[in-house]
Amino acid sequence: MLGYIDKIREISENLLKEEKVDMVIGFRKGSQPMMNEPCFVKNPEDIKTLVWDSNCGINLALYLADRKERIGIIAKGCDTRNINNHIVENKINREQLVIIGVPCKGMVDKAKVTKMFGKSITEVVETDGQIIVKGEGEEQTFNKADVIQSNCAVCTHRNPVVYDELVGDLVEEQSAEKRYQDIEEIEAMSIPKRWDYFEDMFSTCIRCYACRNACPLCYCPTCFVDESKPQWVGKSNDSVDTKAFHILRAFHCAGRCTDCGACERACPVGINMRLLTKKLGKDCLEFYDWEAGLTMEERPPLDTFKLDDPQDFIK
Amino acid sequence: MILLNLMIHRILSSNFHVISGLKSKAEKYFDKANIMKVIRIDKNIWGEGLAKLAGDYKVYGPAKNGENHELVELKNGEIPDLELKNVHLSAKSVVFPQSEVMFEYTLDESKEDHHIMREVEKDISPRAVIGIRPCDVAAFQIVKRNFENPEFSDKLWVEGFNACVFVGYACDSPDSSCFCTSTGSGPYSEDGLDVLLVDNGDDYLAKAITQKGEDLLACAGWNEETDGAGIDAKKAEAEGKITSVVDTSKLKDKTAIELFEAPFWEDVAFACLNCGTCTYSCPTCWCFDIQDEAKDTSGIRMRNWDSCMYPLFTLEGSGHNPRPEKYQRVRQRFMHKLKYYVDKYDAGVQCVGCGRCIRLCPVNIDIRNVCDKMNSYQTA
Repeated sequence: MLGYIDKIREISENLLKEEKVDMVIGFRKGSQPMMNEPCFVKNPEDIKTLVWDSNCGINLALYLADRKERIGIIAKGCDTRNINNHIVENKINREQLVIIGVPCKGMVDKAKVTKMFGKSITEVVETDGQIIVKGEGEEQTFNKADVIQSNCAVCTHRNPVVYDELVGDLVEEQSAEKRYQDIEEIEAMSIPKRWDYFEDMFSTCIRCYACRNACPLCYCPTCFVDESKPQWVGKSNDSVDTKAFHILRAFHCAGRCTDCGACERACPVGINMRLLTKKLGKDCLEFYDWEAGLTMEERPPLDTFKLDDPQDFIK
Repeated sequence: MILLNLMIHRILSSNFHVISGLKSKAEKYFDKANIMKVIRIDKNIWGEGLAKLAGDYKVYGPAKNGENHELVELKNGEIPDLELKNVHLSAKSVVFPQSEVMFEYTLDESKEDHHIMREVEKDISPRAVIGIRPCDVAAFQIVKRNFENPEFSDKLWVEGFNACVFVGYACDSPDSSCFCTSTGSGPYSEDGLDVLLVDNGDDYLAKAITQKGEDLLACAGWNEETDGAGIDAKKAEAEGKITSVVDTSKLKDKTAIELFEAPFWEDVAFACLNCGTCTYSCPTCWCFDIQDEAKDTSGIRMRNWDSCMYPLFTLEGSGHNPRPEKYQRVRQRFMHKLKYYVDKYDAGVQCVGCGRCIRLCPVNIDIRNVCDKMNSYQTA
């Protein structure tokens, strides 16, 4: 992963110099440990600002919706699946894009490392497969595999599914065997217990909408929670309204969510709302043999119909 | 642009008469603040004293809310958990909760006061706010300029604020993203505090700063006077640990319209998700939205935190939105904190350097970097 940056810069610089794109969307080094900031580069001279390491968790497909420029975009597996979504949903044209594919071995879970380290972190250094954390006079080394985001740990599409350029060799895909273990545990709960589980989980939500706004799927001009004529959902931190927001948003993402983890990563209070979308992803796989974002030829199952669809549910 | 110029001119000029009133009020406040009695509290009698306080005060303090510490009302003799850097979100909710019912009504004609919007009764009994950090208390002094000034007085906020006795907990291990010493506050800042509580190993040193604070210490039965030796040294040590420095000195002399039209906003705003994390975690963000909620024959009027990051924040009834674009909303947040407020009140920036927006921003937009850009901006 660390070795990609030279290639990323070389490809990006050429694209800009040859005027094949108007801008490249990627990451620049963040001011905080384990954070990089999404950015654009328009001038080939600024190409050195681009970085790549295991702190590029934000899904850059987010920044493509409705853009008119020709764009080079640096995209890991999940980002490319969301680019496919965008193309299918007419949020961007394939012809506008040069996809710079990045094979990915997972992104660091900042919240997890912060908790494990337990002190104020001033510096994090990444070496191949290891994360060295420093702060308040202490230093600790973690295996990267132990501190990557939970969605990355079970990701089965680490390689870009669509790309024009590739910055390194494709990586081995992971086994799909235990990918839904967390969902199966929740499915096994009794209904009241499951309700309490989510009630408790969402109790700390502050309705900041970071989850929604970090999600490449959530591009509606006006989200249903922001509608005022009529107003569907209350705006306080009332638990019914808060759950209505999370549950309805999840259903809106069914068959479209790539489990990129952007929502969970963005949450300032550590809520794993991703469990809802992941359950719907599991259903889509089991009912329709569908995984989101693998093709730009087909619409997601809940967004289309077939003449021979079973219609027993219509009474 | 002419219209905009006029608007900004109006914002700036309309406030000069306000400033003098505020200053004299602040001076009066500090005149009273000459008590400075220092009490030693053995940690063995800490819980006992807090239990005594619970008779006369509602006790607030840091406690775990899920994964994170928040400043909440403590029940049943719960001891404030002081093993933390700072509460995760700000302490503003003690006075300014995220959602607060203001009025209620009923349409049930069998009730005597049907069809009348009644003010909801509030519990404004004294609140002992234990373990709040000095930066969060300093934030109340900033927010106060908005909620209580010669022009307006927000009853809900003012009554809640006046009910509080702030026992500020001096900050010995600031986070690397803290920059309070650059904003006129500091890890041992006494600005707005009633008591400064200092961790001193086996005991706490409690410095009474106001009469309210002295009364609280007496109520808890903490009365062992000491000379407070060592506080100044600890203060200097803590201040030395704040390594993040931000220069705000030139903001005041910049021309608002030039900063407004500066070329860097597109770059600053690109990554922004326009979520409410920065504003909701900020101790000095005071904006709210008023909502009516009705069910059957009764209803409430409430206020909820609002965020200038949301398009809905400025959406007008006509459908027109003066800030339709993301960069305009991002610019507003920084211009408000670092320019409009500076010009309007002549009392520094609308930021206490607590670092929460830096730590919690999902895309690492850093107010220190934006402040640098604004502070050093020169028109071509």
